[in-house]
Amino acid sequence: MGKTLYEKIWDRHVVEKRENEPNLLYIDLHLIHEVTSPQAFDGLKKENRTVRCPELTLATMDHSIPTENRGFPFGDPVAQLQVEALEKNCKEFQIPLFNLGSDRQGIVHVIAPEQGLTLPGQTMVCGDSHASTHGAFGALAFGIGTSEVEHVLATQCLQLVPSKTLAIQFTGQLAPGITSKDLILALIGAYGNDFATGYVIEYRGEPIKAMSMEQRMTICNMSIEFGARAGLMAPDQVTFDYIKDKPFAPKGADWERALEDWKELYSDEEANFDNIIYFDVTQVSPQVTWGTNPGQVVSVKGEVPNPEASSGFARSNVENALDYMGLKPGTKMEDIPINVVFIGSCTNSRIEDLREAARVLKGYEKSSDVRGIVVPGSQQVKAQAETEGLHHIFLEAGLEWRNSGCSMCLGMNDDFVGPNERCASTSNRNFEGRQGENARTHLVSPAMAAAAAVKGHFYDIRDWEYKLQEVNS
Amino acid sequence: MNPFTVHEGIVAPFNRSNVDTDTIIPKQFLKLMKKEGYGKFLFYDWRYLDGEEENPEFILNRSHYKKASILLSRDNFGSGSSREHAVWSLKDFGFRVIISSSFADIFYSNCVKNGVLPVVLPQESIEELFDREEKSEIYPLEVDLEKLVITDFNGFKESFDLDPFIKEMLLNGWDEISMTLQKEKSIENFERKHPIHFSLKDAVPQRNSE
Ligand code: SF4
Repeated sequence: MGKTLYEKIWDRHVVEKRENEPNLLYIDLHLIHEVTSPQAFDGLKKENRTVRCPELTLATMDHSIPTENRGFPFGDPVAQLQVEALEKNCKEFQIPLFNLGSDRQGIVHVIAPEQGLTLPGQTMVCGDSHASTHGAFGALAFGIGTSEVEHVLATQCLQLVPSKTLAIQFTGQLAPGITSKDLILALIGAYGNDFATGYVIEYRGEPIKAMSMEQRMTICNMSIEFGARAGLMAPDQVTFDYIKDKPFAPKGADWERALEDWKELYSDEEANFDNIIYFDVTQVSPQVTWGTNPGQVVSVKGEVPNPEASSGFARSNVENALDYMGLKPGTKMEDIPINVVFIGSCTNSRIEDLREAARVLKGYEKSSDVRGIVVPGSQQVKAQAETEGLHHIFLEAGLEWRNSGCSMCLGMNDDFVGPNERCASTSNRNFEGRQGENARTHLVSPAMAAAAAVKGHFYDIRDWEYKLQEVNS
Repeated sequence: MNPFTVHEGIVAPFNRSNVDTDTIIPKQFLKLMKKEGYGKFLFYDWRYLDGEEENPEFILNRSHYKKASILLSRDNFGSGSSREHAVWSLKDFGFRVIISSSFADIFYSNCVKNGVLPVVLPQESIEELFDREEKSEIYPLEVDLEKLVITDFNGFKESFDLDPFIKEMLLNGWDEISMTLQKEKSIENFERKHPIHFSLKDAVPQRNSE
């Protein structure tokens, strides 16, 4: 019997296999940040323990940092304390840190791939659920809680029970203008936001192979919104080309050895998945969420659903969501006005995402009813965008151009959506209060967010009149 | 961690599905750098009006639920962010057991690490518990971890599943990290053969450098 990609990676990392008990699994790379690590370090110190493998750990600061003025003092002294604590802990335990002054700083899930640290076949964890992003490289990557952060710091291992496996077999071809963000939202919408709970997903099929690494990462990133612990994609030439020559990636003979190793990373033909679903991507249209979980989503040409179409508890789910979102059943999505646009987050703040938004915005100005920020995923992305002149397009359109960080994705810093304000956001969660107290979030792709900024309401990107085909490179 | 054996407590009904960790503990409280004291911030946006005054409509603000230690909710409880603060706040409020038809994976494991017992019951039993709770003034349940059984004092009895290892951990209040640290030999042996393809060595700060 063959093995799935998941099983291959799992088996390569089992330190101790025990019957009827979790396996002891080795972790190749541990990413940490300022918000979910302080209690873990405190725990270590209290027990007089140390960090077992600092050179397999990378720290950055992203969640609570300001994106305008970066220097101390922060406007928020509590956030500053957190950042200072991370600096101190990293120094004490000799952990590599890309701090605020570093040109490699950024959202943890953006910087690991761009630095060549996210590699196929690895196990990776982070005290952040969107660690699933790294699965796009064929790495088994998942989010953990702070207790587990402490466990990995102390032992470089975790005690884990294997997950079930779910294959998602995509077929067909995405229509022009449709992004991988639309695809993952449509998938979650079709099956429900907790469908993949207990599973690790492997995304398969031609539509995935046709995607860039950036697009693939957007899909794996939102595996957690589908309930899955992790999402995986088999590495291929696109993956290898992306990794080659990245700063921390293997070089020379090491590269050749690694490549040999990575070419084994695919699910065998006879491998057994616990569940398989088939999904034709051909009909996927631009998606906009209307509710308070990512599965409450509809085509931009659709309308706000009527609670009366469902019954019992499902109905109250829809009613609660519409109540919070301040929406009336039957409203056309394209008629919903917005106040805020956020282009950023680990889902959609890589260079391709910014290019896509800039292509739409080129030659346009935002609606006067809208304020908007563009927050690159990393300082490297920022530098690249500025080399390409993308920031001029954003600024000329009337959007703010910031430094990298999580920013308005969770509004832990000064970037948040006000009460009852409505935001077109390229992030991944539309939960109540996620972007600010009583903030109303609609998840969309970068192009859709850009179009909404100009129009002041949602607008089908397929109808967009581009003023310039190519953004100068 | 304190051992968990038998727990008897009052049920608070939380009639929602997809209760996410952003709702359980909003982000502004993630800046605190301790593990205790989050109880007063639990369900903050729903629990308080203007962040100060208690919202009388909110279920946990009703006097007889203030002492509740068993939370009854609906599917996909604890979805979203991996923040362990969600469990710290539930525990600090007084919850030792959470009953639902399903839990998000990371939340589930965060519960276990903190000695909070997540109990998965089939949909029908969840309905029945909501029903029985509604009909009682206060509704206590007994949760027996050794026997893996939940009972009320009025004929309801239902067993539940739990990974045997997790059960042992909770029953004994074991510290998982100490257990793994005892495996040092195996870890070293593993490391000797296991390839790591990236190298962060150059980025490791030296302790004496400024
Ligand atoms: S950008 Fe948002 S989802 Fe991503 S790591 Fe930051 S807070 Fe989490």
